[in-house]
Amino acid sequence: MTQINYRKVIAVAIADAMRADPDVFLIGEDVGAAGGAFKTTAGLFEEFGPRRVRDTPISEQAIVGTAIGAAMTGLRPIAEIMFADFAGVCFDQLANQLAKYRYMTGGQVRLPVTVRMANGAGAGFAAQHSQPAENWFLNIPGLKIAVPGTVEDLYGLLRTAIADDDPVLVFEHKNLFALKGEVSADTLAIPLGKATVVREGTDVTIVAIQQMRHRAAEAADQLAAEGISATVIDPRTLVPFDDEAVADSLRRTHRLAVVQEAPHGGSWGASLVARMTADNFTLFDAPPLVIGADETPVPYSPGLEDAWLPSVSRIVSEVRKLVTW
Amino acid sequence: MPVELSPATASLAGGAPEGAADLLRQMWRIRLFENTVMDLFTRGLVRGSTHLCQGQEAVSVGACAALRPSDTMTCTYRGHGAVIAKGAPLDACFGEILGRAGGLCGGKGGSMHLTDVSVGALGSNAIVGAHLPISVGAALTSSYHGRGDVSVAIFGDGATNIGAFHESLNMASVWRLPVVFLIENNQYGEYSPLRSTTPIDRLADRAAGYGMPGEYVDGNDVVAVHAVMEAAVARARVGQGPTLIEADTYRQVGHSRSDPATYRPAGELDRWLARDPITLLSDAMRAGGAHPPPEDVEREAAAEVDAALRRAMDMPEPDPASRLRDVYGAAA
Repeated sequence: MTQINYRKVIAVAIADAMRADPDVFLIGEDVGAAGGAFKTTAGLFEEFGPRRVRDTPISEQAIVGTAIGAAMTGLRPIAEIMFADFAGVCFDQLANQLAKYRYMTGGQVRLPVTVRMANGAGAGFAAQHSQPAENWFLNIPGLKIAVPGTVEDLYGLLRTAIADDDPVLVFEHKNLFALKGEVSADTLAIPLGKATVVREGTDVTIVAIQQMRHRAAEAADQLAAEGISATVIDPRTLVPFDDEAVADSLRRTHRLAVVQEAPHGGSWGASLVARMTADNFTLFDAPPLVIGADETPVPYSPGLEDAWLPSVSRIVSEVRKLVTW
Repeated sequence: MPVELSPATASLAGGAPEGAADLLRQMWRIRLFENTVMDLFTRGLVRGSTHLCQGQEAVSVGACAALRPSDTMTCTYRGHGAVIAKGAPLDACFGEILGRAGGLCGGKGGSMHLTDVSVGALGSNAIVGAHLPISVGAALTSSYHGRGDVSVAIFGDGATNIGAFHESLNMASVWRLPVVFLIENNQYGEYSPLRSTTPIDRLADRAAGYGMPGEYVDGNDVVAVHAVMEAAVARARVGQGPTLIEADTYRQVGHSRSDPATYRPAGELDRWLARDPITLLSDAMRAGGAHPPPEDVEREAAAEVDAALRRAMDMPEPDPASRLRDVYGAAA
């Protein structure tokens, strides 16, 4: 067991993967000698050198496209997009190329590409560097999406993503970099599509990822003091999504709240609620609830951004209303 | 610093070379394939759209003749010719365009996505310029393993104005990767003449901005295209980095099936038809005398195309359940 934080475990996972497989390499802006804009790749260049840790120009299309071409000819690339928002400048490569290449060619190629992106709000980066961009990719079959919210999940899902023969987008939440945790030998075994139950309760099922998982857990503690018993589930991956874990909990709680740091429209929470109500309508004792961010871009000033993000007190208050509905 | 290539001197002006019949056969296979696809489309047997390359055959044939089987090639939605030139079987190409189970991609790709990885044809791409970084990636794999394989991206003049072109040439040059960027300048970006969208006359001049050699070649002279490509491929193979080649040619048909190309100035098509790449090579072969008569080559190619079409028409439709496969490799 090693105590480590969310920021530093990234380089540990990448280094372990690179030691295990000589075809794994890393490309991205400033990932080499600089150690990454967030210092998430520190030390890799020193150990693996410029052949396997490649600094690129500021060229996101070329980064992702190169990863695609390298993957279809036998390598196992890890491509870093510095901020997930920058997926906007290479959206064609992600949505039209990476996601579709296997399908369009009738399965002639495999695309073991891991795309790592720093994601999410709460750190004061304003509208173009703070978006919960995972939602942009929900309607693009061909991509798998991992949203780790703990040190253990980040290590395990990164290793799984790199070993996977399909494209996996791994969103690293930049407001969790200081979060501490432990990795051990069995951390590796985190399959895609397997939720984790953060805490068990009987009155309500709260589903949340990344930063909101932690706020949901804190809210559940406060609700417990009032006598409301909440289950908190972290799906850990959005594609594939562990619907069964949520449905299983609903069979006991009959109430569902999703907490997400994203506006409602087209979000994973909205999709989850739609699937759950369609598939398990008779389980519900109350209308399902999505506790999300405002339908605005992410604002800059701390007071504005704090108000934009669902807070612990807002989660407590909305879940309380749900339970007494 | 731009590196100068020694100019490729070979061209049809020097007569038809040894192997001319093979080049001619390949060009006829493509020409007759495209004519057949046009006919199939008119008969309602091809869905969506098709983008044909009649008149441009010398570019892909000359280019792919300079490659070895382990070299890779990517191309555009106007890519039937390039994929055939790289070695894809005609029947499976027809089958894919007809949407049959025996098509190259099992009927999932169609005309704009002909792909045969087994012969190094890594894909026809329907997004302008998007395959350039993918070819850079294939070149990176070659470089990573020290294989000496070369990656070629064939694209139109229109693609030189999209961002992926810039990013790809820049990164390939910084990393000195074994890739050849081949502009198939057919004078029109979709419906717009090059002059209306591009402020320079010679697209190859853009190479200077990326510190790589830029070569211009008559793209209707298959021998000249082959010679220029051989020099660029040789350079890439020994680690001297990428080259940008502009091959001037002409799209004898409209942009797609729905385009009658009425915007072309009077006389332009006739001038280019007089320089048809197949005619130019055939004339050189006749002048040289020693080759099989070009008519024989055409007749053999026609028989081959007809037989391939018959096989493709006999291919079954895909099982509807197959639409659910190949999204992911492992179950998601």
